[in-house]
Amino acid sequence: MRVWDHPILGPLKRAREVTFYLCRNGKCEEVKAFERDTVASALLAAGYRVFRYSDKYREPRSVFCAIGLCNSCIMVVDGQPNVRTCITPVRDGMKVEVP
Amino acid sequence: MEAEEPTGVNVIGIPTDEEFWKCPGVPSLKRMKRGPVAVIECFQEIPCNVCEIACPRGAIKVGHPITNVPILNEDACVGCKLCIPVCPGLAIFVVDLSSDEAKVSLPYEMLPIPKVGERVEVLDRRGRFLTEGRVIEVLYADKFDRTFIVTVSVPKEYALHARSIRVIKGEKR
Amino acid sequence: MEAEYDIVVVGSGPAGLSAAAEALRRGCKRVLVVDENPIPGGQLFKQIHKFFGSKEHYAGIRGFRIGEILLNDVEKLGGTVLLRTSVIGASYDGGTKTLWLNNPERGVGKVRTRKVIIATGAKENVIAFPGWTLPGVMGAGAVQTLVNIYRVLPSRRVLMVGSGNVGLIVSYQLLQAGAEVVAVVEILPRIGGWAVHAAKVLRMGVPILLSTTVKEVRGVEWVEEAVVWRVGRDGRPVAGSETVFDADLVCLAVGLSPNVELTRMLGCEHIYLKALGGWTPIHDEKMETTLRGVYVCGDVAGVEEASIAIEEGRLAGIGASCEFLSREECSSLVEESWRRLDELRSGPFGEPRKEAKRLILKEFKQRTGSLSR
Repeated sequence: MRVWDHPILGPLKRAREVTFYLCRNGKCEEVKAFERDTVASALLAAGYRVFRYSDKYREPRSVFCAIGLCNSCIMVVDGQPNVRTCITPVRDGMKVEVP
Repeated sequence: MEAEEPTGVNVIGIPTDEEFWKCPGVPSLKRMKRGPVAVIECFQEIPCNVCEIACPRGAIKVGHPITNVPILNEDACVGCKLCIPVCPGLAIFVVDLSSDEAKVSLPYEMLPIPKVGERVEVLDRRGRFLTEGRVIEVLYADKFDRTFIVTVSVPKEYALHARSIRVIKGEKR
Repeated sequence: MEAEYDIVVVGSGPAGLSAAAEALRRGCKRVLVVDENPIPGGQLFKQIHKFFGSKEHYAGIRGFRIGEILLNDVEKLGGTVLLRTSVIGASYDGGTKTLWLNNPERGVGKVRTRKVIIATGAKENVIAFPGWTLPGVMGAGAVQTLVNIYRVLPSRRVLMVGSGNVGLIVSYQLLQAGAEVVAVVEILPRIGGWAVHAAKVLRMGVPILLSTTVKEVRGVEWVEEAVVWRVGRDGRPVAGSETVFDADLVCLAVGLSPNVELTRMLGCEHIYLKALGGWTPIHDEKMETTLRGVYVCGDVAGVEEASIAIEEGRLAGIGASCEFLSREECSSLVEESWRRLDELRSGPFGEPRKEAKRLILKEFKQRTGSLSR
């Protein structure tokens, strides 16, 4: 959920809206985000919390460190695998797949 | 209340009675009864001297090294409250025991900010409900950088324990 | 992208930016700062609390404002800051260092430089317990990044594991963002962080459970509940002492470790010091490592605090630009810096780190046969 108002940071300034696509099992949905979002923050804000499933046991994975160091949040972005979504800014038309 | 609640600044962050009264930043009860005075609840040696710099009357001394625990000169202090919003640890309060009801001023950085006249829940250092109190003053200036100074009036017996407020949901604002 | 620089600073946190600004002030001309994050400032931009320390270290100012000041300084002084730029390789050929950089738009490129200042900071530690990989178990710093920078709260009911300063500060910031912190658990019988940070959350009704640790976290696709249990004097968990918390976010605030991949890659020598967070590169009093022309500063040189990162950054910047200064000026600046560092490291919390740094300087002298070059 978005933190719309905050005692120190103030009300959230509505930055330019961006639309990208989250694709799971071949089906894609539109996701709206702010220009300042990363793929990870946008997905979490929109309520999409599981980013991938582990190779061997198919266990759910999501953000862990949020600064690009742990590789937990990796997804396929615009065809490229292993992209650290927590440090990848969103862009209009971006295609994010759950691998 | 649980049987064995941990106390002690180094154990849990809450002073024992002895630690409280021994602290050089805590004024005497006598001084609190004379009028508003700062109560600096900073018990550990951590590198910080913002309060010393902020006091317009030089009533707070830290010196060097800056890890020294701040010492309050209770006679020089007039309870102006300017030290409250500057303390990065939000550890400074102003207590006034000179009238029927005690006045406790504390730093506040949550939403919503209460309004003057509003009733709020007054909590102790462990967040336990003490009493309802009335907000009698809310101070803010740009240089406080988002830390408000809220003053509540509470029955005297709570003055040394009242350290937090909780805005009552649904309270008319 | 191929270029030559006088100094390349890796990391644009408080240490890196301070190092770059200082080097520029002392006469270095071509200074490049690289950071793989999309936002500069390292940990500063997610610190919404007012900093401690002294006026010279921006005490009383909120972290993110300090970040803006430092960034501004570097840019005004003519430094270049490249974001989303990772250092993926480094080699050392006597005087010249070559760094391979990767940027999503520009691709891979090389920069050559005579001096490198490594300010790569530290990373959060993890503890393993059943359910530790469940989505919703995150580093405390991660939650801080999501909430304060991206304004996203992943969930509302949080269990904080660890009562060091990070755990206590992030708990308070979670309350400010409208979350509920159901408890802070601490395995030791006393809080790890400063009393003032604990006091801020205790008085808002957040219980700090001492001698308690997380047993397991349960949920299907995300955290749904967290089980904690008490730990006896021997450090072993006590069966039957479990408490189940209805929580949908578990934050791990269990320490930080220096990010030493780059210093390892270059071949710097390291030392293991618990007081500083583990393996850390040894250095002399100018922050130069066992590799000539390679300096370190900030959390990578030992997990401490922002004010120390700023001071060490300045010191490394001075060290790297001593060639532009007279010998006297250089040594007096270095001496002053250590005086300030000693003061920041005084008191019971700083003493173990002060001792650890003394050990590092001693170790450097032993391994290289001289205290400074």
